[in-house]
Amino acid sequence: MNQEIQNPANQKLPLQGAGGAREKILAAVLQNQPALQNLPDITFVKGDVEGAQERYITTLTTIGGKVFKVNSFDEIKALIPTHFDASKRVVSTLPQLSDIAELNQGEPIDPHSLEDIELSIIRAHFGIAENGSVWVTEDLMGQRVLPFICQHLAVVIDAENIVPTMHEAYQRIGLIKYGFGTFIAGPSKTADIEQSLVLGAHGPRSMTVFLLG
Amino acid sequence: MSQNITTHTDKKLPLQGAGGADHAALADIFNKDEDRVNWHDETLWWIRAKRDLSVHKIPEWEALRDTASAIKNNVLSNLNSYLQQFEANAQANGIVIHWAADGAEHNAIVHSLIKKHNVTRMVKSKSMLTEELHLNEYLAENGIDVIDSDLGERIVQLAKEPPSHIVLPCIHKKKEEIGELFHQFLGTPAGNADPQFLTETARHHLRETFLSRKVALTGVNFAIAETGEFVVCTNEGNADMGAHLSDIHIASMGIEKIIPERKHLGVFLRLLTRSATGQPITTYSSHFSKPRDGQEMHIIIVDNGRTVQLGREDFRNSLKCIRCGACMNTCPVYRRSGGHSYHNAISGPIGAILAPNLDMEKYADLPFASTLCGSCSNVCPVKIDIHDQLYKWRQVIVQNGYAPTAKKLSMQAMATTLASPFAYHMAGKAGRLVMKYAPFALNNKLNPWYKQRDMPKPPDESFGEWYKKNRKAP
Ligand code: SF4
Repeated sequence: MNQEIQNPANQKLPLQGAGGAREKILAAVLQNQPALQNLPDITFVKGDVEGAQERYITTLTTIGGKVFKVNSFDEIKALIPTHFDASKRVVSTLPQLSDIAELNQGEPIDPHSLEDIELSIIRAHFGIAENGSVWVTEDLMGQRVLPFICQHLAVVIDAENIVPTMHEAYQRIGLIKYGFGTFIAGPSKTADIEQSLVLGAHGPRSMTVFLLG
Repeated sequence: MSQNITTHTDKKLPLQGAGGADHAALADIFNKDEDRVNWHDETLWWIRAKRDLSVHKIPEWEALRDTASAIKNNVLSNLNSYLQQFEANAQANGIVIHWAADGAEHNAIVHSLIKKHNVTRMVKSKSMLTEELHLNEYLAENGIDVIDSDLGERIVQLAKEPPSHIVLPCIHKKKEEIGELFHQFLGTPAGNADPQFLTETARHHLRETFLSRKVALTGVNFAIAETGEFVVCTNEGNADMGAHLSDIHIASMGIEKIIPERKHLGVFLRLLTRSATGQPITTYSSHFSKPRDGQEMHIIIVDNGRTVQLGREDFRNSLKCIRCGACMNTCPVYRRSGGHSYHNAISGPIGAILAPNLDMEKYADLPFASTLCGSCSNVCPVKIDIHDQLYKWRQVIVQNGYAPTAKKLSMQAMATTLASPFAYHMAGKAGRLVMKYAPFALNNKLNPWYKQRDMPKPPDESFGEWYKKNRKAP
């Protein structure tokens, strides 16, 4: 294979099912790619830590989310029934909320069984001031589909865990392994019909962030 | 041919090329409804303006564009090893990798995966690559029912039309038309065109789809060589609903979607939506690196002409595109001719560069569908020299003998005229006489220039004649 790649005259490699396409594509890429150009340095891009929390609140509110500053899980527990229909199914991954929610910490279940959830309450690693998003990985979701399939989503983050921009976000994430991770920025939305913004396309109709400080 | 567009009976794009209509002819169809053209123009300009507002809040914007462009230069120059690195890392994470040289191979792989699981239905999130490869038509012919889950794509799918924009697939449709489609296919009351109500209806209809499909297909926005993960960005959450509820997740990506390291996502995710719609980020930026327990995850890596483009020095930069749509939103020709006039899955300025690479004859008209004003290059987040490439394509196309016929004839006439001083002066004189005494010869439908304008009043004499008369003897 190496030989064939180094020999640009021999571009027509024999097709061998999927393997044939692989060799053919890689050989053509190698032959056609330009001389190596170095990666740029991206360390220059940094956000301002000052006032990040306030910027986070403003940004998330602008994109349709809600933020509550709280001091304890008891405060969160008190806010839930006044803002959501707690008579319906509420699922959380947080043991601190086990008396107001059904606990799901990733036990092997059929994700379809979560279809009737009114409210999911999960934790996120941190929030990003410039875009209002939170970073959540699979281990914090219980089930991957949990933050998407619910009618409403609530997320708890520590108030000190707000980073200015996406660069600091990826610095924090580093190279840790996860099966699935996602930035969530506000409720599910669409503007496909004449650009009218509608909240609640397929996922949650609302997103509430509890800033625990 | 125009029937295909107006009656929506067939999702296949109208046939082009030798003898077929070209961009200008297709734009004529769109231009018949002047109010709609104005509305289309204004809507897209409004989105362009939102982009500007959002971009101006980032002081380091230009540095970000430069950086993104440089990262992509590195990607293209080292693509062979990045692809293999990505493959090895994804495989180590339990993802199955497939390679497809073209659409036929890609579509056959998707079909075989669906067949293996003994189902006949699939849910699909937005993927312009599968539009390019005509996956839906292929699967339909093979008895597989595909539902597009992005609301805009679902709407054009019901209308049996291709998307007219890569980010805003049904930007050309009025809400009343969408209401009518929903009435016809989803049973909403006739005459209801309220976006909130129609979206709610789609939410219920598609939720049922997500809950009942075993196979889900998504596109790929970015694939990271360093980690073997891929990122899918949506506002609706449809990719996630499909993928997390499915037994098998297939992700289709072009070879150019690779980026070297995870941290580079910080650059691209900041640029993507701000350029697209002015949003700071999409609602969901999901990073898939392993299948869920009990799930199968497949990635199909597709070439379909990309390696050829990589070898075309003048055009390889087009492979840096991150599909934000900014160049379309700002393009005065796109805004006033509509996405369908480009008769290609990717419309607008970038589509007009990518299409001739696939078929130079069929898409010979597209690089001419531009004013070369440069607005596209100015907004492009990865700094692709879009308008320069369009200009270069024109030369390549003419040299290869594929110039659109009307352009060929007028260019030949112009070349002859410009080559001879006598012919030039006579032509000028004749032109002025005709415009003066027989304006109807020009002010008619046969003259494409006149279609949107009145011809100017001709001067009584040319500059040459004036100069001769007024020149003072030395
Ligand atoms: S060419 Fe540039 S502006 Fe156009 S869609 Fe691609 S990235 Fe966006």
